[in-house]
Amino acid sequence: MALEFSPETYKKFEETVARYPKKEAAMLPVLYLAQREFGHLGPDAIEYVARLMEQSPARVHGVVSFYTMYNMKPIGRHHIQVCRTLSCALGGSERITGLIKKKLGIEPGQTTADGRFSLSEVECLASCGTAPMMQVNDEYYESLTEEKLTAILDSLR
Amino acid sequence: MSMEKLLLRNIGVTDSHTLAVYQSRGGYQSWEKVVRNMKPAELIEAVKASGLRGRGGAGFPTGMKWSFVPKDSPKLKYLVCNADESEPGTFKDRLLIEQDPHAIVEGTLIAAFAIQSHTAFIYIRGELVAGAKILERAVEEACRAGTIGKNIFGSGYDLDVIVHRGAGAYICGEETALLSSLEGGRGWPKVKPPFPATHGLFGCPTVVNNVETLAALPWIIERGAAAYAAMGTEKSKGTKLFSVSGHISRPGVYELEMGYPFKKFLEEDCGGVPNGRKLKGVIPGGGSMPVLRPEEIEKVNLDYESVQAAGSMLGSGGVIVMNDTTCMVRAAWNIARFYAHESCGQCSPCREGCHWMEKIFYRIEHGEGQAGDLDLILNISGNIMGNTICPFGDAAAMPAAAFIRKFRPEFEAHIAEKRCTVRY
Repeated sequence: MALEFSPETYKKFEETVARYPKKEAAMLPVLYLAQREFGHLGPDAIEYVARLMEQSPARVHGVVSFYTMYNMKPIGRHHIQVCRTLSCALGGSERITGLIKKKLGIEPGQTTADGRFSLSEVECLASCGTAPMMQVNDEYYESLTEEKLTAILDSLR
Repeated sequence: MSMEKLLLRNIGVTDSHTLAVYQSRGGYQSWEKVVRNMKPAELIEAVKASGLRGRGGAGFPTGMKWSFVPKDSPKLKYLVCNADESEPGTFKDRLLIEQDPHAIVEGTLIAAFAIQSHTAFIYIRGELVAGAKILERAVEEACRAGTIGKNIFGSGYDLDVIVHRGAGAYICGEETALLSSLEGGRGWPKVKPPFPATHGLFGCPTVVNNVETLAALPWIIERGAAAYAAMGTEKSKGTKLFSVSGHISRPGVYELEMGYPFKKFLEEDCGGVPNGRKLKGVIPGGGSMPVLRPEEIEKVNLDYESVQAAGSMLGSGGVIVMNDTTCMVRAAWNIARFYAHESCGQCSPCREGCHWMEKIFYRIEHGEGQAGDLDLILNISGNIMGNTICPFGDAAAMPAAAFIRKFRPEFEAHIAEKRCTVRY
């Protein structure tokens, strides 16, 4: 079945495109809309966005695959992203990742069997003074300790 | 460090992100003065006279950058605020975005007026979801108050501001990559010349300025170019934000007058290296810049010229402090991995070289280093330098070479003993 925006999302799409001096400039925000609507940006979603944006699916695929925040495969409800760049590494990010791996039984790049968590290691998130830190979906969690981490993971259902 | 705060003057004030608080502290008066009473040429001259230089890392004079936009072009013109802060060790723009968004918006309006742009963008990195919402709310508030929109303050000048989110790519902080991204494509840098000032967004004259640069403008207009130029050194004027992280007692964002002594800053203002440890190395300007040994910072002052004379660069002011327990091979590998992950893939020397450097650093750290590996990295680094279309290549090559040159015996010990000689 071909994918399609709900009427509400389609309205948002039209409003988004209208904000920009050229339609093509709305590509990134429209891809965000599609990702929220469809969960991830697989081939069907890419083809649909290409049609909406009057571009080739190949070009849209090229854009989607370039940026780390577009997920081309299904992802867990809570996407844990641990910063691994130097300041966080000095602050103990490897230990944080190790604790998460042990608690959830997954490696970076994997999702738990119940679809609750996905784990990634990511590059600098501009939170170096409060290392180690992680982002879960839209939220930043800073100055992590083992106790804090356990409490956060337990609170995410 | 008892100077007056320019950039951090609203930080810590309750509800500093709201229009009401910003205006109660004099906010948008500079913008009103500019749009009602100043001519663009006059504004450009004032900012030139202030000596303000771009705070994104390159330090190019802001007024001069504006003056490259052709005044007689029939094309639309665009002003873009670069809020894509992603340089390792840098978190100053994020502080301003979250706590003083109206200063960024006001600075964006002033810069847009200088080049006579009627559409401005604030390009914020995608991960800063909270920051983007704060900026959007600030823009909405400013629109309702009439400081953005049509016929602003009855001046006849129209200006629209669009907050645009990136989607996760360090390279989009490079101005031509940012524009490619804003055009809806992959964040690929473009060959310069032509420069964005003549051929930028959609081929139109465009200026891209960093958050911190723009946030300095309201103060400069309010107090005058001479007041700004009175601070700092001969060539590095005014104040600058420094993000301090790593092995340091008081990490955070600090505002310093340009030319402040580096050692004094680390030891007194930031409380020095904690837990009785000693300083082993410090990166002064974000992950792209060469590391310095403790004896190299003795006489360094925090301004563009002094840090450059010491063999590094002031860059974004992202100061990463490493104590004597730090394995420099592992630190070099960490930074090399960052660049391998973030290379956009357009230029072969960078696309291939960053991955090679990462792999070689990895094998040295993990006990599989070979004789000749260090010279091989220096060779790769040298072949990247200057051979790519954007500064990313140099940003990857410089720190790799510096780690080896400054801490060579430690790298050699790793290779000779086939293990990490620091961590275990």
